[in-house]
Amino acid sequence: MAKDVELHVGVGKDLSTMTTKIPDNAPRPWDGKYQTKHIGKRVTRIDGKAKATGKAKYTFDIQLPGMLHGQFVRCPYPSAIVESVDTVAAEAYPGVKAVMLVSKLPMTIRHADQEVVAIAATSPHIANEAAKLIKIKYTKKPFVLGIENAMSDTAPLVFKSQGPKKGAGDDLHGGAVKKSNSQKGNIRGPRITPTDASIEKVDEKLQNCASVVEATYQTQVQTHSALETHGVVAKWEDDDHLTVWASTQSTFVTRNDFATRLELPQANVRVITEHMGGGFGAKFRAGVFGIMAAKLAKKTQSPVKLMHNRREEHASGGNRPDTLQKLAIGCDKDGTLSAIKLHSYGSCGMATGGASKLAWPAKNIYQCDDVYLEESDVFTHSSPGTAFRAPGHPQGAFALEQTIDELAYKVNIDPLEFRKKNSLHHKVRQAEYEVGAKKFGWDKRNPKVAADKGVIKRGVGMANSVWYYFYMTGFQATIEVHNDGSVELMNGVQDLGTGIRTILAMVVAEELGLEIADIKIRIGDSTLGYGPASGGSQTTGGITPAARDAAYLAKMKMKEVAATAFSVEAKDIECDSAKFFVKGKPENVMTWKQVAARIPGDKFMVIGERKKDHHTIDPATVAGMQFAEVEVDTETGVVKVNRVVAVHDCGRPMNRLTLESQINGGVIQGISYALFEDRILDRNYGMMVNPNLEQYKIAGSMDVPEIDIEIMDVHHGCSSTGAIGIGEPATVPTAAAIANAVYHAIGVRIRELPITPDKVLKALASKGDK
Amino acid sequence: MSQNRKESEDTPDISRRSFLKGVGIASIGVAVGSGITSEGVEGHSASEVLGPNKNKFSLSINGKDISVEAEPRQTLAEILRDHLQMTGTKTACERGACGACTVVMNGNTVPSCMTLAVDAIGAELETIEGLEKEGELHPIQQSFVDHDALQCGFCTPGMIMSCKNLLDQNPSPNLEEIKLAVSGNLCRCGTYPKVFEAVSALKNKGE
Repeated sequence: MAKDVELHVGVGKDLSTMTTKIPDNAPRPWDGKYQTKHIGKRVTRIDGKAKATGKAKYTFDIQLPGMLHGQFVRCPYPSAIVESVDTVAAEAYPGVKAVMLVSKLPMTIRHADQEVVAIAATSPHIANEAAKLIKIKYTKKPFVLGIENAMSDTAPLVFKSQGPKKGAGDDLHGGAVKKSNSQKGNIRGPRITPTDASIEKVDEKLQNCASVVEATYQTQVQTHSALETHGVVAKWEDDDHLTVWASTQSTFVTRNDFATRLELPQANVRVITEHMGGGFGAKFRAGVFGIMAAKLAKKTQSPVKLMHNRREEHASGGNRPDTLQKLAIGCDKDGTLSAIKLHSYGSCGMATGGASKLAWPAKNIYQCDDVYLEESDVFTHSSPGTAFRAPGHPQGAFALEQTIDELAYKVNIDPLEFRKKNSLHHKVRQAEYEVGAKKFGWDKRNPKVAADKGVIKRGVGMANSVWYYFYMTGFQATIEVHNDGSVELMNGVQDLGTGIRTILAMVVAEELGLEIADIKIRIGDSTLGYGPASGGSQTTGGITPAARDAAYLAKMKMKEVAATAFSVEAKDIECDSAKFFVKGKPENVMTWKQVAARIPGDKFMVIGERKKDHHTIDPATVAGMQFAEVEVDTETGVVKVNRVVAVHDCGRPMNRLTLESQINGGVIQGISYALFEDRILDRNYGMMVNPNLEQYKIAGSMDVPEIDIEIMDVHHGCSSTGAIGIGEPATVPTAAAIANAVYHAIGVRIRELPITPDKVLKALASKGDK
Repeated sequence: MSQNRKESEDTPDISRRSFLKGVGIASIGVAVGSGITSEGVEGHSASEVLGPNKNKFSLSINGKDISVEAEPRQTLAEILRDHLQMTGTKTACERGACGACTVVMNGNTVPSCMTLAVDAIGAELETIEGLEKEGELHPIQQSFVDHDALQCGFCTPGMIMSCKNLLDQNPSPNLEEIKLAVSGNLCRCGTYPKVFEAVSALKNKGE
């Protein structure tokens, strides 16, 4: 049965009422007028102490009695056939317990550093020594690197006929160009959006409108570079029961992958992820490392640890696809957008999904009737790309938001005003424009570009972000209330470092009127209730409603117990701040512990399930924007980011403290992407030449600007908690905002990432400044 | 990582130069002659060649002498993690670029992945496991928790050791000094702003 409830929804204090139907046994959604005790406050992590003392155990820290160390031998060529492998000497080496081929011969190699042989030995040193004794005979084949090269008619083909149905890139996030799309040479696609788009009409519009900006953008390959690399410890409990400690973003996806690939029932595989050292989109599946660890463990009858070293992590641990985007946008005299045309190409190397979501920013931020968007995957002989924090979006926004900016300058309208005018109707985004501009001091911006006189030139710019409210159903949060009053919530979800462990405790404490410290949280284990994969910023929005519903059911159950004690009916019991009393008689209360002591038996258990939302909201709801101030040294070409103002929405904020941390992280990763990171492949040999953390530079402490965060509280009332994720949106606009600020500083557009000093100097030279 | 280190040549501390020199020599199979081991090798004279097989020696870790058995090629990080099960110290690059393995050796931060265990003989070592005393977090650990200066937590032990050592040597660091002190500690979650806050908060308390 369902009941109608009236909710207060809207942005911040700007609320209106709406009526929605909720099931009888579900709690009233926390809406804009709900006064919270814990939710939305700044709460320190419940696992903070474990992490600060080094006691938190990561997969990397698992050591089991008799555990062996696994290692790969990888192919040094980007395109080859493995003809034969001689493992005799390696197998005879003292301490080596097993040597296995990764797949049958002849093996086709489509990227340098592809796995060929796996070894298990009693120590990493021995495995490493044995690896050198393995003799492999390769037949080298022609190869192609780089999107433009691969698109040429004469390029060597990565796949003779059609490429794979799916690859790492379309694991979870969809969006890959489907196999059903045509494939010509190394290009699969295009997939066209909207499906009925007419390029003729868009071209005509572009020809006839007042102003057009047309340009080509290139973005580089970025590696995830999580500090804990991919890897597992695999242990067989018996012949057909496998336990895996995995550094994964989804205990369940990983479990299912092991089950499928090893032909085991899901029930026989247990995946444990108590803590994990960062994922950023790259860690969802069993991986070659996982499957080979399990196979080696089976063969040796010993637990096997197999984790990438840093070099392997860069060279085969997934990456953000590089892109080539040709974008044209036109507007009328008054600055109203009239047409958008995008041809975009993305490469996941030898996997699919390179163009995943590249066109989404162009279709989800601005109002424009005539739009033609193309996405194509391009295969190259390089390692498989995969989902990376907001797939397609930082790349897409880099092209879109620079073009929009350029068009605004061209028609002589303030770029912020130009965006306001052309945004899709979106109450949150419009509010964010105001808040962000004020916080940043946009009104003090010099309308002139390259206005600074000295060697160091400052500039400001901004860019929009869009992300989505994705959620899945069926997650199950279990709560047990023991007769000593202790409360435990259990779910299989993993905490990547985003703080979901703490948020779950906050949600349960909020609903039950208890303190956060009263709630014990057990997560990161696939034998517990089904939990979300941490991809698509789905974790918080996915699991918190199940947790709250479970807490609500636990409270109902406690009311029943209290009712027996008071000799009344459960409906006559009130519960306020974890105290129970008969309606109208608040003077006679039973505490939480007193009621719990009367629980029949030892404890009770309730399960809250993630059901469909009470009402549907526009999925493209997550708005955000960032404003950046940079200084460019026109003598050295070095760009320094001084300040970023980040304005973001994530529904109802759960934990403001960890939320800020995630936004800081999104901005800093965005700066790193904008200015430093670049996977460089040797053009003659196809190997990555900078597979470490000094030549593959990621942002460090010295690169961190002042970051001001403004969080918009948005109340949708669609789920019991109203939470939406923030991990991805926070990194979408950063590179674009920095690029726009660089233009404002020096008066030349840099359309290729990363914006390194050489590109800045070249741009200045082209302008004739230097 | 090294910016808060005392660099004077006349202290018995390992300067950056002698540290690098030590690694260079030891890594080709000679564990002595770097000026380090002659300080306090227990039971080994300066001219004695260790290895290539395992040697027994003791290390002073968090104020305790701990007996270990290691080959000269084994790093301090390896001994801490794999032999002593002190897995708080992480390794993430194995070449001194990321700082996850930072420990304090004779009052200087060093990357334990680039320090041979035999080169730590006679040195006073501090690791993340040594900061908590009788269940009480060290103030810098508490400040990291209070300011959310950690996300995934994998860089945290190394980051904390750098900050702890900074505060030991400079109780009132300014923002620039804090940034410098952790400039060798990479955090992929991008939690640096909160690290700066966590250290600054202690500075204010101290004044």
